[in-house]
Amino acid sequence: MKLFAKTFRYLIVIQLIIVTLWSVAFYYSMMHEIYDSIDDGLDNYKLLIIKKAASDTSILYKSQFDESNYAIRAIPFTQAVSITDRYRDTLLYMPFEKKLEPVRILHTAFENNGKYYELKIISSMVEEDDLIKSLFWAVVILFCVLNITILSINHFVLKRIWKPFYKYLKRLNLFKIESDPDILPMKTDVSEFVQLNQSVDMLVKNSRKSYSNLKSFTENASHEIQTPLTSIIHHLELMLADSKLNKDHAQSAIKAHQSALRLSKINKALLLLTKLDNQQFQNRGIIDFEIIFNNVIDELSELAEFQGKTIEMEISGKFKHTMDHELASILVVNLVKNAIIHSLRGTHITIRIFDQQFSVENEGAHGPLPDEQIFTHFFKTENSAPGLGLGLAIVQSICRHEQFKIEYSFEGKHKFTVTGTK
Amino acid sequence: MKILLIEDDESLASAIREYLKSEDILVEVAQNFQKGQEKAMLYEYDCILLDLTLPGGDGMEILKTINNSPVKNNVIIISARGALEDKITGLESGADDFLPKPFHLAELNARIKAVVRRKLGSNSNEIRIGEIRIDLNNRKVYIGQQEIQLFRKEFDLLYYFAINKNRLLTKSAIAEYVWGDHYEDADNLDFVYYQIKNLRKKLLEMNAPFQIASSYGIGYIFKDL
Repeated sequence: MKLFAKTFRYLIVIQLIIVTLWSVAFYYSMMHEIYDSIDDGLDNYKLLIIKKAASDTSILYKSQFDESNYAIRAIPFTQAVSITDRYRDTLLYMPFEKKLEPVRILHTAFENNGKYYELKIISSMVEEDDLIKSLFWAVVILFCVLNITILSINHFVLKRIWKPFYKYLKRLNLFKIESDPDILPMKTDVSEFVQLNQSVDMLVKNSRKSYSNLKSFTENASHEIQTPLTSIIHHLELMLADSKLNKDHAQSAIKAHQSALRLSKINKALLLLTKLDNQQFQNRGIIDFEIIFNNVIDELSELAEFQGKTIEMEISGKFKHTMDHELASILVVNLVKNAIIHSLRGTHITIRIFDQQFSVENEGAHGPLPDEQIFTHFFKTENSAPGLGLGLAIVQSICRHEQFKIEYSFEGKHKFTVTGTK
Repeated sequence: MKILLIEDDESLASAIREYLKSEDILVEVAQNFQKGQEKAMLYEYDCILLDLTLPGGDGMEILKTINNSPVKNNVIIISARGALEDKITGLESGADDFLPKPFHLAELNARIKAVVRRKLGSNSNEIRIGEIRIDLNNRKVYIGQQEIQLFRKEFDLLYYFAINKNRLLTKSAIAEYVWGDHYEDADNLDFVYYQIKNLRKKLLEMNAPFQIASSYGIGYIFKDL
């Protein structure tokens, strides 16, 4: 879950609880005020009636509400003492409206000239009822608007605060230590983010240092290996040239000689890969792949011919690219050599050149190769021809270096397609 | 012939020295930068073999000293740094040839001979080995007075054999010399045999007093019948 979403979720839960509690409390306190004010009115009215009854005894016989809003009934003393002031909500039939209407009723008792009377005063609640309804809706609307506003402000603010962070995260994800310059820092005044900037800068600096140390170590190691290897090869050659050598010893020496040559070739190939990763091919010029292919075919034709394979070239476009000449040759040599080595006697190797694309196709003895693995270092199939297992890794490295796309496909034939970017 | 070898690896130096000894080439070895520079400045050699990574300094500096000194010495760089750009820098700095490690001894022998021949001038562009006369300018080979008709690759092959006469040439050394770097694939050298078979046939037809004998299946020796 995103940090932003998580913060927001906490916020929304807390806010909903608080605003809900507040709304309910507000509603009930308003209700209380309304009833209080009605009840005060009724109380006041009660005093007025009692006062009036003292001077005008006729009202003491008004036992129905009728047109006015009170009713008086004589009661015995025993009953009167049990009556206290009581306010109630009730429904009363209104003859004009011909329906029951909500009213507030005050039920009380008083004494006049030694006699006791029960007094009921009503106050219509029709208007108050509307008021309560409006109040209710006002609170509901306020609740919604408040929630939406606060949450959207929070949303906006949170998003704004985290924005540089997410941008930075994206840059971090795309960062490549071997080629990219330093990561652009976040534009922010949040101190944690500033700290993050500094930590990442430090980390990049240290990693870069380790990386370049490792790089130069690999390169130096590969170079240093060549001299003792040369020495091994030379001493074996001297030994083999010695006529006193017996046949068994010679066989061992031959095997050692072959292994040393092979080791040296692996070393050279690894060195090439290291140099590619180190961007050390800077001798750039405009390369026409048709010319490169012609040169390479010229060089390799005898090998192909000897193995009973023919190389055909179909040209339907120009593939020109600015790159190191040596690299272009290595790329093409590896693809063509790969096709020659892995094709069957008596088959064709077809090279097609299009605009910004070329392909090398050959018939092999076996079905499709696992295309995620063929470009890895030292990939070999169980029935593959002898080789270093580095040719296609080199091809892929060069393609990556030049931002070419390399694809392998199989439709009866093995096909490698290289597409250039324009 | 006298050669200066500036190389810090003793084992490699001893192999080169031993190999060239049988070619009647005297090899002096300088094992560090200072000794190498000293000798290169003071004495004249037929050829100097120069390693670039030396204890005490960069071989390129020695190359500069050689170019600026009154004693004219020819230089073949033997370097562990075999990339094209290293080669170009080396040749641009005045080296006569550039041989990346690892190389075959026969290859080194051929390169030394070529450099020495170039030094002696155009009239040396003919070599005689026994009854074989090789005209390098016109790329023609004669046995006695008779010319052998050879294809391009066969000429290169015979030349390589001739200057490494009585020596074992491994198949990979032959492949690399005649066909180039891309053919050095050690497991894939049957075409060398095929080419040699043709050359043998031509030598036989000419009644040449030489033979190409195979040795242990690893390579061939060119020798008198």
